[in-house]
Amino acid sequence: MSDLIEAHDLSCAIGSRTVVEQVNLAVRAGEVLALIGPNGAGKTTLLRTLARLLKPSAGSVMIEGRAAWQLQGRQLARQLAFAQQGSAEQWPLTVEQAVRLGRAPHRGWLLPLSSDDQAVVERVLEQVGIAHLRQRPLDQLSGGEQRRVIVARALAQEPRILLLDEPTAGLDLKYQMTLLELVRNLAQEQGLAVVITLHDLNHAALVAERIALLVAGQLLALDRAEAVLRPDLLEQAYGVPIAIGRHPIYDKPLITPLLPEG
Amino acid sequence: MKAGQLSFVGWLTLLGACLSLALVISLGVGAVQVPVEQVLSALFGRPDRALRAADLTIIWDLRLPRAVLAALVGAGLAGAGGAFQSMFRNPLADPFVIGASGGAALGATLAIVLAGNGPLRGVSTSLAAFVGALGAVFLVYLLAASSGETISALLLAGATLSTSLSAVVSLLMLLNDQKLQEIFAWLMGSFSGRSWPQLWASGPLILIGLGLLWLLARPLDALATGDDSARSLGLPLEQARVAIVCAASLVTAAAVASCGIIGFVGLIAPHIGRLLVGTGYRRLLPISALIGALMLLATDSLARSLMPPLELPVGIFTALIGGPSFLWLLRRRQQ
Repeated sequence: MSDLIEAHDLSCAIGSRTVVEQVNLAVRAGEVLALIGPNGAGKTTLLRTLARLLKPSAGSVMIEGRAAWQLQGRQLARQLAFAQQGSAEQWPLTVEQAVRLGRAPHRGWLLPLSSDDQAVVERVLEQVGIAHLRQRPLDQLSGGEQRRVIVARALAQEPRILLLDEPTAGLDLKYQMTLLELVRNLAQEQGLAVVITLHDLNHAALVAERIALLVAGQLLALDRAEAVLRPDLLEQAYGVPIAIGRHPIYDKPLITPLLPEG
Repeated sequence: MKAGQLSFVGWLTLLGACLSLALVISLGVGAVQVPVEQVLSALFGRPDRALRAADLTIIWDLRLPRAVLAALVGAGLAGAGGAFQSMFRNPLADPFVIGASGGAALGATLAIVLAGNGPLRGVSTSLAAFVGALGAVFLVYLLAASSGETISALLLAGATLSTSLSAVVSLLMLLNDQKLQEIFAWLMGSFSGRSWPQLWASGPLILIGLGLLWLLARPLDALATGDDSARSLGLPLEQARVAIVCAASLVTAAAVASCGIIGFVGLIAPHIGRLLVGTGYRRLLPISALIGALMLLATDSLARSLMPPLELPVGIFTALIGGPSFLWLLRRRQQ
């Protein structure tokens, strides 16, 4: 299958500091790529550049074969959705109003939403498990509930490419797992290309076919999950000793960081 | 229909009814009291009633246009204030946050200082205030655009320009102390002596601007969620901001031109609206516009009927009454 999103020799600077350097990657339809790496490695910057929120200082981003910066904003937002990290506490909206905004790329900024749009909104609210919160203002929700609203709004855009920045942060165990399951289904059943940044390496092992390990703005490794989740690579990246066993249930590696003194 | 929407329609109806009631009452009160039934028969022209000609004149030529103007100005300031609060993501934003009041004040002051006592004086003061308000906003936008045109650049440029302009106004007041009272009265805001000409000049512009803002509700909601968030939905940020600033400034300039600078309504009415119907600008605009209309209509009626024939500046009442009642609402909401 063809690549939906590609980065070619992508570099990105914030101010005069180069944060992402010479990154090459490509994600196919139906594939989940996990982006891992220590704090400050440039994961969010890379993701924002892929989402065309930052202009690359060098290199290019291709969306379904076309240069991202040559697409119209609304056109791009129908192909690609970005779920930012952090809370949505400051959004002066209810859950439903926030998710309805996700239909703007399809409906435009001035026309009222159609019943088709509303049907998508309903489906997404159910999918992410926030239908019962629809009338609640966002500042009255927990951090985890807000994260799900952000993801829901991205899904309401019905994108072919989904970029998720730490979507599991602040979620309880049930919603961490539901969200990972949702991400896998979106890729496998609806053929979305997903790029997801994660801090929990076991989440990455569960959800991603391939993993990109970013250290100091450069790709240290980009390969099948099992090939990247190796003690030597991870220790080099994170600076702590790491033991890798087998998951007791799934046929996946199980990553356990160790105390620095061993 | 869902509960949230029902209560929105409920509030809309209730506030609309309150506004109609307030309008009828305000036409009766003042230096000359007119009973309610006479107000109604003057308005709806039942021929069997014998009305005094003086009462007809008072109601049709003096009080009706003034009351409608006050209501429209209140609605406009509330709508523009709510829009800027969303766009700047700042609960302290009001219609004057990017310099409209400073520009209007300078324009009006210049007109008062330069003009003689000719018959055109009132009109030219309004026009000068209108042009001044729009000019200041335009200047602020240019200043901010040259420094990257972020939200904070706009706010900073607005605050800086307002301060500089009010320094110029103060200087003009010092140098022209024989006009001091006139300038001061304008700066405090008043509907004294306003009638059909001011209503016809400002009313349509306020309504057009409010209509545009209502159309821009979705971009406003998107902007309120943050720049990255709005851009990732494909919103052209600069175009959206220009459209919002133009619409809100049209409303503000038209309002200020007709009655001077009336603070507080544009800050508080949107907050009261949010307390009543919650979030989302498409709902917030009509509700807070009705609240703003009600606030200014009520306070102007008080201002001209409390110590007749003396008319007090309406701005004093909006602050004196609006502030405490808002705090009371806020407390009730928190309990």
